Amino acid sequence: MTKGNGKKLICGGRVIDAQRNYDDLMDVLIEDDRIIGVDKPGAFTGVDGAEKVQAKGCLVVPGLIDVHVHLRDPGQEWKETIETGTAAAAAGGFTAVCCMPNTHPANDSASVTRYILQRAQAVGSCRVLPIGAITMNREGKALAPMLELREEGCIAFSDDGVGVANAQIMRRALEYSLMLDTVLAVHEEDPSLCEGGSMNESAMSVKMGLRGIPEAAENVMIARDIELARLTRARVHFCHVSTARGALLIKRAKEDGIPVTAEIMPHHFAADESEVKGFNTQAKMMPPLRKREDSEALLEALRAGVIDCIASDHAPHESDSKAVEFEKASFGTMGLQTTLPISLEQVREGKISLKRAIEALTVAPAKCFGITPNTLAAGQLADLVIIDPERKMKFTEKMIKSKSKNSMFLGRELQGLAVKTFVGGRQVFDIAAIEC
Amino acid sequence: MPEIGPHLLGIDGLTRGQVDFVLETAEQFVEVSERNVKKVPTLRGKTVINLFLEPSTRTRSSFEIAGKRLSADVINVSGSSSSTTKGETLVDTAMNLHSMRPDIVVIRHPAAGAPHLIAKHLKNAAVVNAGDGLHEHPSQALLDALSIKQRLGRLEGLTMTIVGDSLRARVARSNILLHRLYGNKIRLVAPPTLAVREFEELGVEVFHEMGPALKGADVVMSLRMKHEYLKDFFVPNLDEYSRRFIVSEPVLKQYCPDCIVLAPGPIIRGTEITSEVADGPRSLIMKQVTNGVAVRMAVLFLLCVGRGAHWEDVDVAAAKEQAAA
Repeated sequence: MTKGNGKKLICGGRVIDAQRNYDDLMDVLIEDDRIIGVDKPGAFTGVDGAEKVQAKGCLVVPGLIDVHVHLRDPGQEWKETIETGTAAAAAGGFTAVCCMPNTHPANDSASVTRYILQRAQAVGSCRVLPIGAITMNREGKALAPMLELREEGCIAFSDDGVGVANAQIMRRALEYSLMLDTVLAVHEEDPSLCEGGSMNESAMSVKMGLRGIPEAAENVMIARDIELARLTRARVHFCHVSTARGALLIKRAKEDGIPVTAEIMPHHFAADESEVKGFNTQAKMMPPLRKREDSEALLEALRAGVIDCIASDHAPHESDSKAVEFEKASFGTMGLQTTLPISLEQVREGKISLKRAIEALTVAPAKCFGITPNTLAAGQLADLVIIDPERKMKFTEKMIKSKSKNSMFLGRELQGLAVKTFVGGRQVFDIAAIEC
Repeated sequence: MPEIGPHLLGIDGLTRGQVDFVLETAEQFVEVSERNVKKVPTLRGKTVINLFLEPSTRTRSSFEIAGKRLSADVINVSGSSSSTTKGETLVDTAMNLHSMRPDIVVIRHPAAGAPHLIAKHLKNAAVVNAGDGLHEHPSQALLDALSIKQRLGRLEGLTMTIVGDSLRARVARSNILLHRLYGNKIRLVAPPTLAVREFEELGVEVFHEMGPALKGADVVMSLRMKHEYLKDFFVPNLDEYSRRFIVSEPVLKQYCPDCIVLAPGPIIRGTEITSEVADGPRSLIMKQVTNGVAVRMAVLFLLCVGRGAHWEDVDVAAAKEQAAA
């Protein structure tokens, strides 16, 4: 990241750092790309020349990390690019995103990984950490060159978008990963149980005449991969857990000491299948929105730490791919700009603590993926975000930094927004840029 | 009197009063088809487009005849002849048709919710759902109801047993919704792969044996086993299905001797229903087809000129006079 940004003093904010257990009014002093120090308000001396960044009434937290993002670049640049996707990330308070390998071509070769990293360096508003494919072209038939991908900079591996149906390949991938100090982030879906499905299987899908995706399609794969993690002792990270039962299986696996972690998306804890009513294609995603009981149980699992972190599954799609018959519509909703406010909504409603929410967006995802967590301490990289917990804004297409506009949260009033985001001391986002 | 519209997308969303209104209107139109000259000028100058993107014989010709008997100009667009096969989206197809200023677009489509999608885009035309995927087929449920009402003299206090593949039958869904409006008891009977538990949450009783399902039923509806049964492993084979679930005279005589029998068709004789039942005195199958025209006339009428229309306006003689004036 760029140097020579001079000194900045972020004054008067409430600094919350789950890694260091801070929660206090503090000033943060930055010089170039590093944090010089964190101290009591007004305690820094010799800072007259520093740029003052007022953070009164705001939270100052380490930069958020999103471990599940689709940047669509290379190959589907009409949906999103590394440039627009990282701009959306910065606007959502994220200073690092992990991008899924379901690009075209898939990120199953060093050249694709290098392209992503070089492009992010050139035009990115935040750090981009690529996730490599587990299997060639994500087809589940042959292992991708995981060693080479790891050496080129892939931090984890996934075939996200599809499950690895063949248990033998999954076992081999897990065993192989043991020498790479990495994690396999698994999309859990048994394809034979989901065929033709476009929403949660329930009385509602029966009534709407839509083929359902049963919970069991996810749960059987979670159960399988818990056993494979146990067998191989390799780390498994469960992507987008959507079922109460899935969370229960993960809880038991953790109690048994099996090395598993898990993430949840805001749409799975803040919404349920009723959003699909009227054939609303914005609410079509994989895994599907489940029942209210599931979203409640998942939120509790997040609170209790059974589910480690929050991620967005940011899935941009051009509007044409949503303006079709429900069964034909693309799966997915964008999330980079809504993940933080939708998570803070749960804090205001008393479902989880502020500290836990911040942890689940910062330290926890870093730990799941073996990334050094951002932390607000002297000498650390100045990746941080200022959040105004009171700031409200109706979420409109105009606010969206992504190339696509598909969000199930459009029209909703969002509260608790990133107002300034810094990556390596460089300010990459100011809320003034999206205010109308 | 209740109004219908602006669209007819399903039984879902209709009130009992609205269903009664459509049926009463349809009863008035039954007579038109009995005449020597089967035409009234009610919808003269109106355009009805039948957009059928899935094969259909009965429903398409029924809507076409209904429109023509009301003097509407009826245009048929079928799946193979439409631009959808060239990659045009459904919304674009609908918008193009809409630009020709039809008054009604009747749509049959393999995807659930397709009529709802185009209804969002058509500002000045009414959309009639003539079957969307596995979701709804409202005019079928209405014509079934008219047939039941004519034979039994009432639509309430009934027990209706639907035999067969209700999971993949839009007819079953629309009938369930309609009969729930009248507080009727609805039972489904089929193997557990098809009569799934989730139906119970829709206020329906689910059975896997004919005896208890048929006991005391007033109305028995026989549904077709779809051909894809094998691919999706719903039943091992049709002979095995028939072994337990065929609608036959002995089983009806034993459990519901006074019942009437309906089938939306096409029927597969010897698999889901015996010829003895299909052609016997209980059967309303042909009557359903006849009533289909009257019900669709009522639907087209109410959506076309009847927006805000009152029951009295539906009087055929009055409509004739009105048109002549």
